[in-house]
Amino acid sequence: MYGWIFTHLPGPAWARVIQSAILVAAVVAALFLWVFPAVAPYMPFNDQTVGEG
Amino acid sequence: MTNAAPPSTDTVDEVEQPVVRRRRPSIGSRILGGAGELLITAGVLLGLFVVWQLWWTDVEGEQQAASAVAELEEALPPVPEVAGTPRTDTPPVEVAAAEGAVFATLFVPDWGIDYAQPIAEGVDRPTVLDAGRVGHYSETAQAGQIGNFSVAGHRQTYGKPFYAIDTLAAGDQLIVRTAQAWYVYEVTTSDIVRPDQVEVIAPVPGDPGAVATDAMLTLTTCHPLWSTRERYIVHAQLAHWIPLTDGMPAALLPEGS
Repeated sequence: MYGWIFTHLPGPAWARVIQSAILVAAVVAALFLWVFPAVAPYMPFNDQTVGEG
Repeated sequence: MTNAAPPSTDTVDEVEQPVVRRRRPSIGSRILGGAGELLITAGVLLGLFVVWQLWWTDVEGEQQAASAVAELEEALPPVPEVAGTPRTDTPPVEVAAAEGAVFATLFVPDWGIDYAQPIAEGVDRPTVLDAGRVGHYSETAQAGQIGNFSVAGHRQTYGKPFYAIDTLAAGDQLIVRTAQAWYVYEVTTSDIVRPDQVEVIAPVPGDPGAVATDAMLTLTTCHPLWSTRERYIVHAQLAHWIPLTDGMPAALLPEGS
């Protein structure tokens, strides 16, 4: 999968390395901003209130 | 290089080709390789989630808390930087804020003079507790009033406002600042209870049926650290209050003034 993406990126090797880094940064940003905040409430920790247990 | 090669080498290429050509991986090893990539991806995702939960939520929570406190401060009347006269008569009436709105600031001098956390109405997770705020249980009394002003906060992650809650001892001050006054509470007891023991936020803590005669404050957070098995509870009683226009609690004055 990752090999396929790397070989299908355009340009010379150094350009593909930079593009890969940008792709990774974009994925991490999306995870931090949207995905993780959305799944965190379903995790079995971090409940501080009484009465909702 | 290839241009320089004479056309007569065509036959040589045909002979050499089977040697140069890479063997295509078998279908089995391709499936295994793909499964390995998926497993590595899952591991990296879990690792990133831990980084997000343990580090990034604190970064965001502290920023959100600081900006909420600063925003609330702008709406306050000017507070003279002198020690105000403590008063023990009936404090001003505080009205309930809108759900989710930041209406007060919590100070704990023992956790540093810079410690200030916004208190918002309600204990909703996405809009209050996970947004770097301390949440006021809506069904409990307002700040400074007779009854039990109860608030919940994270002990770790999301800015961890109550991280050091186990360091509070009897007599330590917990100070709540509203738009009208400073309410200075002093810690009475701390306790570790089950999550379903809602009597800790009753008007008289621990006695749900009783009619309150004292102004109390209760902090609730999770316990032990990194777990939600139990709740750490700190009760405090109102010692005195100071009108905002009169000055500040002595414990919050900068050193040397």
